[in-house]
Amino acid sequence: MIAVTRRYRFPAAHVLRSDRFSAAENERVYGKCANPGGHGHDYGLEITLTGPLDPDTGAIMPVAQLDALVRERVLDRLGHRLLNEDPWFQEAVPTAENIALAVHRELSEALAGRSAARVLRVRLQETRRNAFECGSET
Amino acid sequence: MADDRRVRLTRAIDFSSSLRYRNPELSDEENDARFGPSARQHGHNYRLEVTVEGIPDPATGMVIDLKDLKQVLEREIMARFDHRDLNRDTSWFEKHPPTPEHVALVIHGLLRESLGELLHGVRLRQDDDLWVEVTGSGESEP
Repeated sequence: MIAVTRRYRFPAAHVLRSDRFSAAENERVYGKCANPGGHGHDYGLEITLTGPLDPDTGAIMPVAQLDALVRERVLDRLGHRLLNEDPWFQEAVPTAENIALAVHRELSEALAGRSAARVLRVRLQETRRNAFECGSET
Repeated sequence: MADDRRVRLTRAIDFSSSLRYRNPELSDEENDARFGPSARQHGHNYRLEVTVEGIPDPATGMVIDLKDLKQVLEREIMARFDHRDLNRDTSWFEKHPPTPEHVALVIHGLLRESLGELLHGVRLRQDDDLWVEVTGSGESEP
């Protein structure tokens, strides 16, 4: 198979707290990530696409087109924001797992029916030490 | 198939090439419109990661002698691509523009001829933020 990966970055804030838990339970489950004032990360976001090569452009998707799509659907939406305020995270806690899944879902929906490319994998680097991946391996 | 004696090993090489995306059937203006700045001659520092997979030889304990792998990469890739122009000095990009997808597929094909079933896949990094992986037979879909 062939797959292309593009790496992006966005800074965002979040608070890990769930309405399902009491204040004490939130502290126990999320530790320092439950700080009500929030904290933030420079997220690294890797989007991997697979699909046939377009005969005109020679690409699964031209890089400029992918950049515009990711900017519009993800980076402008999440960058320099408090993630808890986003509709994606009203039911789901904005953990890195849920961010990766939401990005995978959003981009998959954006491509469905409009492009021969599909999202193979999303990898979210939350810190230098922690990375989260959803979708398939190459 | 799944065999817990199998080991994958990866060797990386770096090469620098110039290139432009150009369809010879289109005018300069049409090429500019289709490919943007990539229609002009430019260059990249590519990093190629080559992964081979196999059962280590019982005598040597190696899947492949790294000296041999180094020689294959020198002959098949470095000699053809390093400090060359992909359009002028190779014959693969007359019909297809040298997008990272096409360059990776060409490299995968060359290494499959030399390494056969040992080749697991290649990852071609055009820069820190863009790379292409080709595995298996190199088909577009899994």
